[in-house]
Amino acid sequence: MKYYTYYPGCSAEATAVGLGISVEAIAKPLDMELIELEGWTCCGSTPYGSLDELESIVVAARNLALAEQTGLDLVTPCSSCFITLYQADIKLKDHPQLMAQINEALAVANLEYHGSVRVRHLTEVLVNDITPEVITTKVKRPLNGLKVAPYYGCQLVRPDYGFDDPEFPQSLDRLVECLGAKAVPFPLKNRCCGGSLIIPEEDLALGLIRKLLDNAVENGAQCIVTPCPLCQTNLDAYQSRVNSKFKTHYNVPVLFITQLIGLALGIDPKSLGLNTNIVSPSEVLDYIYNYINYITTH
Amino acid sequence: MEPRIGVYICHCGSNIAGTVDVGEVTRFAQDLDGVVVARDYKFMCSDPGQELIKQDIKELGLNRVVVASCSPTMHEPTFRRVCQEAGINPYLFEMANIREQCSWVTKDKREATEKAKALVSAAVRRVYYHQPLETREVTINPNTLVVGGGIAGIQAALKIADSEHKVYLVEKSPSIGGHMAQLDKTFPTLDCSACILTPKMTLVGSHPYIELLTYSEVEEVSGYIGNFKVKIRQKARYVDEDRCTGCGLCQTKCPWKVDSEFDAGMGKRKAIYTPFPQAVPNIPVIDTEHCAYFLKGTCRACEKVCEAEAIDFEQQDKIVEVEVGSIIVTTGFEVFDPTPIYQYGYGRLDNVITSLEFERLVNSAGPTDGEIVLKDGSHPKSIAIIHCVGSRDEKYHEYCSRVCCMYSMKFAHLLKEHLPETEIYEFYIDIRSFGKGYEEFYNRILSEGTIFIRGRPAEVTDIAETPKEKGKLIVQFEDTLAGLQRRLPVDMVILSCALEAQADAEKTARLFNISRSADGFFLEKHPKLDPVATMTDGIFIAGCCQGPKDIPDTVAQASAAAAEVLAMISKGRVEIEAAIAIIDERICTGCQVCKLVCPYSAIDFDEEKKVCRVNEALCKGCGACVGGCPSDAINLKHYTNEQIVAEMEGMLV
Amino acid sequence: MKSLVEEVAATPGGENIRACIQCGVCTGTCPMAGEMEYPPRKIIALIRAGMRDEVLSSSSMWYCLSCYMCTVRCPRGVKPTELAHALESLATEHRFKIKRTRTPAMYRSFVNSIRGNGRVHELGMMVRYYLSIMPDLLANPLATIKMLPLGLKLLLHKRMPLLPKKVEGKEELSKIIQKFREVRGAQ
Repeated sequence: MKYYTYYPGCSAEATAVGLGISVEAIAKPLDMELIELEGWTCCGSTPYGSLDELESIVVAARNLALAEQTGLDLVTPCSSCFITLYQADIKLKDHPQLMAQINEALAVANLEYHGSVRVRHLTEVLVNDITPEVITTKVKRPLNGLKVAPYYGCQLVRPDYGFDDPEFPQSLDRLVECLGAKAVPFPLKNRCCGGSLIIPEEDLALGLIRKLLDNAVENGAQCIVTPCPLCQTNLDAYQSRVNSKFKTHYNVPVLFITQLIGLALGIDPKSLGLNTNIVSPSEVLDYIYNYINYITTH
Repeated sequence: MEPRIGVYICHCGSNIAGTVDVGEVTRFAQDLDGVVVARDYKFMCSDPGQELIKQDIKELGLNRVVVASCSPTMHEPTFRRVCQEAGINPYLFEMANIREQCSWVTKDKREATEKAKALVSAAVRRVYYHQPLETREVTINPNTLVVGGGIAGIQAALKIADSEHKVYLVEKSPSIGGHMAQLDKTFPTLDCSACILTPKMTLVGSHPYIELLTYSEVEEVSGYIGNFKVKIRQKARYVDEDRCTGCGLCQTKCPWKVDSEFDAGMGKRKAIYTPFPQAVPNIPVIDTEHCAYFLKGTCRACEKVCEAEAIDFEQQDKIVEVEVGSIIVTTGFEVFDPTPIYQYGYGRLDNVITSLEFERLVNSAGPTDGEIVLKDGSHPKSIAIIHCVGSRDEKYHEYCSRVCCMYSMKFAHLLKEHLPETEIYEFYIDIRSFGKGYEEFYNRILSEGTIFIRGRPAEVTDIAETPKEKGKLIVQFEDTLAGLQRRLPVDMVILSCALEAQADAEKTARLFNISRSADGFFLEKHPKLDPVATMTDGIFIAGCCQGPKDIPDTVAQASAAAAEVLAMISKGRVEIEAAIAIIDERICTGCQVCKLVCPYSAIDFDEEKKVCRVNEALCKGCGACVGGCPSDAINLKHYTNEQIVAEMEGMLV
Repeated sequence: MKSLVEEVAATPGGENIRACIQCGVCTGTCPMAGEMEYPPRKIIALIRAGMRDEVLSSSSMWYCLSCYMCTVRCPRGVKPTELAHALESLATEHRFKIKRTRTPAMYRSFVNSIRGNGRVHELGMMVRYYLSIMPDLLANPLATIKMLPLGLKLLLHKRMPLLPKKVEGKEELSKIIQKFREVRGAQ
């Protein structure tokens, strides 16, 4: 059993509730004990860092200080939370004066950060700690070569922190393949979906999302899989907006990688929050569950 | 003998006197034990300064001298000479560095003066314990070893051989010529590379004073300046050099094709091959990794057709041992492999090629007879040449490779010649056309209609965004001068790759006991004043193994190295530093720790007596062995324990 | 008087600005370069030219997606993404009015949601955001109405909780932020 302090991130209980549910569903079967960080608050994410760089580090630091008390690695499934906490941690470690300043502020809550937390992304934990080889042994329902486009997004692989190649990453492909699915070639798999700009600059972001959907479909993907809550929302919830703006007809289900893993582990769709996916994953489920039937009727 | 010490404090203009109170230091020195006279002067290293010391030695009977001035690296030899000329042993001299280690590192005058006093006191106490030492002289073997048969090695070898001294030229590939033989035309004059190189190659091949050892590698080097012993492995060619006539029939008849290294993988050669038709020596070599006989025991076609009966499958590697006085390392460079730069598509997308691959393509003696073609055989209508691939990049090589701007422009010219209707685009960050005729060449290329775009491309992709881009390679970049992000569809992309140190440079450096700089190339002794010597006396470097450069600079460096060698040969002898380690053989237990720690391989183990002995010619007096010896059996002349302790006392008391 | 380059270099994120050789890889790579008035390379050039007002009032850096592609490709380690954040922070600190983009408004709503709730309450954040861009919305009522189906879909798929969650650490966070402002102000 591997123990981790779990930082869900704000969207895991809201816009990306499917991520939150599926992460918790696959933890035990994969021998992971994810203990939610008590009293966690928002990490700040890009917007806070953009408005007030230093204050955003404080916001992140509170969570780091709390996590430090648990003595375990801090694991988050959200790419944005990961990069925010990871970079805040590095900045604090590299600048002792800043650390001292921030600890002065944390002191009002009897907290202090010493720089010993290891911030990790859930995907990295799945690849490096659990490992695709072990996940394969736990697969109860192999995915029958389901054609999946693994979509990394940006902040899982950039800036380069040594986990995967920023230009040609492979980690998600490996996770997809270890489940018995087929990771299709997807040249734009590490390009931006527009991120948080989907709200204030929707048109621009829709243009980026469209390119991604197009590239995935062109390469034969039956569905897209992603680790990032923001990417999933953009590709999934906004797919109809893409269609109405560009007069396209995309109908590509977008699953969280944890949802795909859950399906392969034999967990039922509802327990993986698949009812929260906006573009219906019914065809994918059909393919997985009724494979023989599926290939004779298609 | 009673010490009679003279102390001289230099002002060094205002370099020292501006911060250190030289008057105070002089008065302080006068009062020290053993000091007969203490003076200060503006420039001790000048003629009048030196005269001052000489006069005092004569008139006051000084037998020890201390000069407090700059770093010993600057002027220790100067003042040692002064002592010698005035009649006292040069090792009875000590320098106190009150400039680089004192006046130049603080602005605080009090601090500087106090430190200067401490340093002078240390020097005075130390010099008391100095002993007279003698330097030794060794003779120079007039033979020379040149390692690497490219243009640098060829030039150096010819220069030395023409003076009727013997040169061993070792080259690891089957023929000399190096990368220059692969080039088509050379900038800026557009000389045909082979035309200017092959005459020199022929001269080397037939020179009475050059012994050419091709398909050979240096395995072991021992000895010291003037007296090196080198073991060279001559790999088996499986062809008898004395019988082979160079007719080439074996190559024609051999059925086994292999990617040609000479053609940068763009063409094929046979399993028995000479790298190119003008090879020197023109004797083929059998590549045992691809020869059917060596792999499966079959074929032997070459043997059957060879009229001179020169094929010898039983041939063995030969070890050749030579003795030389100097070594010139001219091992050249490698071209950067751009595969790791995923976004440029090399190795992944068709028609993205490196500069060297393009040289072979455009060469009329190359794999396509000079036809510039795409993978599908058609001619490209538009070509992008991307500068600085692997250079000026903290992820690969921080340095600029110096020649790429020029060869990239040369490519543009050759392309305009071969395919006049083609659009050529040069993507650059800066244009570096620094040499003689280079800027003029740039102007010429501009006038020929090549389009220069200032902007390092972000990526080369085949994912089309518009119908015009379908089937093309699209370069995405910012046209920085126009201030626009643009996408340009082209048919072919040439990556102007960096020049980098050879992959085995580390091994070579260890073999010859030379250092490498941070960029991976071999390190010269001094970047400005000694660019072809190394920290190992007697071993020189020239050409691209020292750093990327064009042919004119390579040839100049090779001639420079040859000149240094000839100067040594001409003098015939060399002085060896006297401050060396000495092992007390009565105490030595033969544990060989000293041999392990010696960075100059200057310690030998006497198998009979089971003790270690310092090779006086190689020892540089670094002291590592002194510190490492667990039995305290080693002492360093001129850095004895007594002397060092005295120096410390002088500083602290 | 500090030059603009010095000011930016002293801001966290702007440290490496001096290393830039203006090669243009950042702008060539940037998915938003076409939208930016001054894409990354140009903004550095303008900073070097000391054009403080033009730079800090520009909407350009607010288009940065934080995709970090420029950072990965820059041959000099300039980290343009962090530079964009630094410029955004400076612009906010010195209260520059940003025109042409609504991103600063959205970021403010986001951050205020955190300060108020301890975590981002998405529905609340969207309401704050719409209120802050109300004049814009009133000018384009159709555009606003077109957003409703999406909101509805998210709601129906249980992805848009109506009420903010009770966050344990909310008060603590506020106190910490307050204290940090005092500490920083004292410096």
